[in-house]
Parts: sequence; structure tokens; C-alpha cells
Amino acid sequence: MKYLDEYRDGLRAEQLMARIRSVVTRRWVLMEVCGGQTHSLLKHGIEAGLQDVIELVHGPGCPVCVTPVEVIDHAQELASQPGVTLCSFGDMLRVPGSESSLLQVRAQGGSVKLVYSPLEAVTFAQQHPDKQVVFFAVGFETTAPATALAVLQTHQRALKNFSLLVHHVRVQPAMEAIMQMPEVRVQAFLAAGHVCTVMGYDTYASFVERYRVPVVVTGFEPLDLLSGILECVKQLEAGTALVVNEYARIVRPEGNLTARQIVDQVYELTDQTWRGLGVISQSGYRLKPAWHQYDAARRFPFRQPSCDETQSVCHAGEVLSGRMRPTNCPSFGTRCTPESPWGAPMVSSEGACAAYYRYRLPIIN
Amino acid sequence: MAGPVWQFNCPVSVSAQSDCVTLAHGEGGRLMRRLLDHVIHPSLRIKPRFADAAFLRPTGNRLAFSTDSYVVSPLFFPGGDIGTLGVYGTCNDLAVTGAIPRWLSLSLIIEEGLPLPVLEKVLQSVAQTTAECQIQIVTGDTKVVPHGEIDGLFLNTTGIGELIDPIPPGPEGLQVNDVLIVSGPIGRHGIAILAAREQLDFQPAPASDCAPLFPAIQALRSAIGSEVRALRDATRGGVTAVLHEWAIASGKTLFLDESRIPVDSVTRSACELLGLEPLHLACEGTMLLAVASTHAEQAVSILRTIDVSRQAAIIGTVQPRTIAPVIIRRVLGREQSLDEPTGAPLPRIC
Repeated sequence: MKYLDEYRDGLRAEQLMARIRSVVTRRWVLMEVCGGQTHSLLKHGIEAGLQDVIELVHGPGCPVCVTPVEVIDHAQELASQPGVTLCSFGDMLRVPGSESSLLQVRAQGGSVKLVYSPLEAVTFAQQHPDKQVVFFAVGFETTAPATALAVLQTHQRALKNFSLLVHHVRVQPAMEAIMQMPEVRVQAFLAAGHVCTVMGYDTYASFVERYRVPVVVTGFEPLDLLSGILECVKQLEAGTALVVNEYARIVRPEGNLTARQIVDQVYELTDQTWRGLGVISQSGYRLKPAWHQYDAARRFPFRQPSCDETQSVCHAGEVLSGRMRPTNCPSFGTRCTPESPWGAPMVSSEGACAAYYRYRLPIIN
Repeated sequence: MAGPVWQFNCPVSVSAQSDCVTLAHGEGGRLMRRLLDHVIHPSLRIKPRFADAAFLRPTGNRLAFSTDSYVVSPLFFPGGDIGTLGVYGTCNDLAVTGAIPRWLSLSLIIEEGLPLPVLEKVLQSVAQTTAECQIQIVTGDTKVVPHGEIDGLFLNTTGIGELIDPIPPGPEGLQVNDVLIVSGPIGRHGIAILAAREQLDFQPAPASDCAPLFPAIQALRSAIGSEVRALRDATRGGVTAVLHEWAIASGKTLFLDESRIPVDSVTRSACELLGLEPLHLACEGTMLLAVASTHAEQAVSILRTIDVSRQAAIIGTVQPRTIAPVIIRRVLGREQSLDEPTGAPLPRIC
């Protein structure tokens, strides 16, 4: 298949791995930012194949994982209200809040609809004027343009029964927060290719200058990831710190200007709470005042904000900031499994714990 | 979808000429007889016998008996509909156990308000597929439930088949070095239903693999019958679910080579886009089989002479048991445990 098979070529992958080994003189610590990259690295055995020369730590780029318990509880409260239908991406349904998941809320009679696009939720609202439809707008800069477009379409169609529970997050402030942690070990970043597709990578110039770490824009296929790793180690060995685009077949320096313009029209920056990481300055989007009429948090204020995240046994914060490997968590694979998850990283298709559970179970005799 | 709540109308007031199914059609009176005489029996191309049970005349072989209910949404999808699914599904269950499908029951549970042309279309599919599978509908039942209590139409089919020796020993009989084969590209039914239900605008639209497996199984068994260890149509949970069941039943580890697993380009594109694993997706006309290693190539050659299994391929082998029940060698050569599916919920695929 075009654009896939040529990036999964086993022979070229072996050549790139050999090249990486020939370049390194010590073991370097790299962070891949995006959960999609984590899964690909684990699935294709790159993480295990290079573990003696490269330590890959897994970043915060799993939108479901970083959504705070309180926001999930609010979504569940909305889904339980008579007359309200909560529309959500499928990934969110199994994520545990403080007491249950959206899937469990639905089983108990709550109204939860799985959608593949926020615009599908807008159409659903138009077809069901008797229902209040709320879209659970989570995710990074990759999903923000689509939810912003949903706001604009709702306004255009003059729908009174559609709103969004917004908890969007931005990648770069999270990378900065990680670099400011006292025990930071990350020496280079594989930046998230999809986010850069939307936002570009111009803004990383000041980041590399400030923290002196290479940032390499990287895709998701095995050869993309190996090329990104090779570029990182070449820079680290040479003592340079530059922004380099290794995903040039998709990503342009300025990103997708149309998508950025739509995001700017609808959202403004805000301090945002991250699950396990706390509040990070200017790390999220909220609706601009002109669109407050579509803010589900204003239309349906949260009635029972009761949870205390610090009581959670899930070590998501340490996992998401690269301070703990999933397999070092005392609950991994025993008390916490995909069927009975204690935290989002074990259920999300981009969660690091799920990747380890799926791809690194023992197969020896 | 919100519908009218229960209405306390007398069923008799409903017009006999109604163009949709009403509760009165299920009440056993004249309307019900008209529904049977003018819609159900002619669409199914069967002559009614007025008895409460069917009489069967087996030829002396042992019998296989299988039942399945069909609640698929949407009722019609590229490659089939609930009628084709209901017949092929039960016939395939009989065929993979080693039986010739012979007799079928057909129960309809219809939601009040279902347009009669929809019912007729489904029944015509049933008639066509039963003729194709050479299975005879010998008994049936029709119920109508109030609007909103089910979604359109549910079916149940129960099939009886005659077992033909040598009956495959099944997964308990798997032996080390046996070869695993799939009869065609995997995951097509799951993707077709997902795309149809969610109105995902893939071009071309993915089509279900919904088809009868009996011709392929018959060809295979008449050539190398005693070398076929186990057969299973890979429905809910896909090929992965069958592999895990076989690994448990046999106490062996099943070893797959990802690069040899056939996945057509439409399914593969959709899976890449949606983050799905084709191995976890349902098939409705594709089976997994295990044969003795000495006859693997011959099995594939035979399967490839039959339409439904023209793209059959060897995908793995049976190995002595390790910790992992199922192991997959990924395209870059790394061997991993293949876990059972726990991913996005995709209910009502069949």
C-alpha cells in the first residue's frame, strides 16, 4: 500500500538500526512525545531492538490519558442527565473516572453516543432538536480544528441544543513542563508528527534554544521513527540542538494555516490541568467569550466535583512524563489490566501502559 | 431515535392494506394469515404446511445442530443484509463442524412499523441464500413487537446438518507443526458494518465477505479429509478470538507470520485510519483451518480453486506451548504475544 509499505520495509529498518548503532558512543535518553509513536515503537519491536543503546521514554501525547478525572466525571454527570446525549470519541468510553467509565454510565441507562467526528455530533443534534447534545472535546492540536469547526457549524445552523465540554491541550507547554522537572533525563525529543502537521514546527526554535535539546519532527511508521531516532543521536553525538523535520512528506514549517486560523477564531489559550501533571501554564484551549453560548461547562455546571486525584493509585503522571516505565508500576498487569484499568494509560489506544501490555508480554518458555 | 409511545388503539382498526408491519400482523388473525400468505411464504418461495412441527428424514448419519440470532445494524450493508447473514451464518457453523447443512428454522421478530418492502427484501435474500446453500426452511415463527422495543428486525435461524466422516477432530486434535490457513482476506465484515453504520465515506465502500463456506470445505475434505484438523468461521472477535480458543483447547502455542496474513487494501486502509487491528475484526465468509503440515500446500491449492477461498493463504503453524498462547511475528521480524481484542466497542455486527 502506497505511503505505508515503503515505510515498513524490514531490510531498510535493519540498515537504519545498524546505522544508529554505528553512530552512538553512549546510551542516550529520547522521548517520543506522541502515544501513537509509542505504540508503533513497541509494536514493531524498535524499542526492544535498540534498548541497549537508546532509552526511549514515553511522553504525554495521549489525549485521553491526560484528561483529568474531574472532567471525565463531569462528562459522566452530563450523560446521566435526562434529555442529554453525550457524544464522544470511542477512546474515551472505557477511561475510568473517579467511580466509573462512560461505558458503565451507558450500561446504567445514560445516553452516550460514540462518534468518529465532532461534525457527526452536530448533525445528530440537528436531527434531534428534543435532545441537548454535548460533544466531549478532548485532544491535542490535532482534534482542536475539528471541534472548532463544529462550533462554527453549530452557529451557522443556529442550533440551540449543541454544546461542547472542552478540555483541549497543547503539546509544547507539556514538553516545557517536562524539561523543567528537577529529575528530567530527556536528552532529545521525537516531536509529534500529527500535531506538527497542524501547527507546524516554527515554534520549536525558541524551545531548542532555551533547553539545548534536539527536536526532530517524526512520523509514525517504523522507518519514520528510525529516521527520527538517527537524526536525534547524530545531533547528540555532535553536540548540536536543532529543529529538524524528518516527516517532510506531510509536515510543512508553518503547518496547516486554514486549521490554525479556525482554532484561533474559536479558542483562546488558558492554563490547563493535566491528569497526573497538574496545572501547566497556557497549555490548553478554551472557548473565546463570543462562543460561550456553546460551552457545556456553562450550560450544565458540574454539580458534584468531589474527586481527589491525589488519592488515585494510578501512576499516570510519572508514566506520562517519562519518570516511570509502565512495567515498573506496582499495579501493571496484575491489578491494572485493559479489562479492569486503574488509569487511562492502560485503556487508551495511545496509552503507554496499553502498549506495553499489548506488545511486551513475555513469550519465552 | 424517539418514536411514538405505546398507543392504546385496537389492533383490528389497522388497515389490512397497510404498507408496513403492524402489531395486528402478529396477533394470529386474518392479518397474520395475509402476511404469511402474501408476503412471507411467497418471498421465501415456500409452500406452507399447516402443522406445528416439521418432520425430518435423516439418511442415517449423525446430526449437527446449531443456532444463532442476528441483530445486525444496519439491516442492509455492502455485501449482504440480515437475511444473507442469517442463512450463511448458521450454514457456515454447520459446515465447519463437518456437516452438510440440510434443514433450517427461521424466526422473525419484527418491530411494528417496519415497511413491508424491507421485510420482503430481507426474505428474498433468505430465499436466494437458502437455495444457494441447498438448505431447506422447514419451520418458522413470526412475532411483532411495539415500536421502539427492538431495532427494525431481528432473526433467529437454527440449522440441522448431517455429519460426514471423517469428522475433523477439532482444536483438541491440533498437533505440533500443523499449518494454519485462512481462506481469504480477513476483517472485511467488521469494516463493512462499521463503515455502513457510521456512514464513513470510504471510496470504494468496504463490502462484507458474507458467503457460504460449504463448497470450499467440501472440496477440501473430499481431497484430504483425514488431514484436516480443525475449521472455524472467524466471526465475532475475528481470527484472534479463534486462535485463542484453539490455543486453550489444544494446549499449544499458535504462531503467526504477519506478513503472510491476507488483508485487502480497502480493509487495510480503513484499519490504518481508524487504528483497528484486522485480526480482531469479524469475518462472515472467511475461516481459519488447521491441516497436517504434509498437506498444507495441497490444501491451499484446493481452496484456491473455489470462489469463496480463492485467496487462501498459509499464515502460521502450531508450536509447543510457551507462556503466550498466540505469537505473531511482526513485519520487521519481532515476535510478540498477540492478545485477545479489548478495543473499541463495536456491537451488533451480526
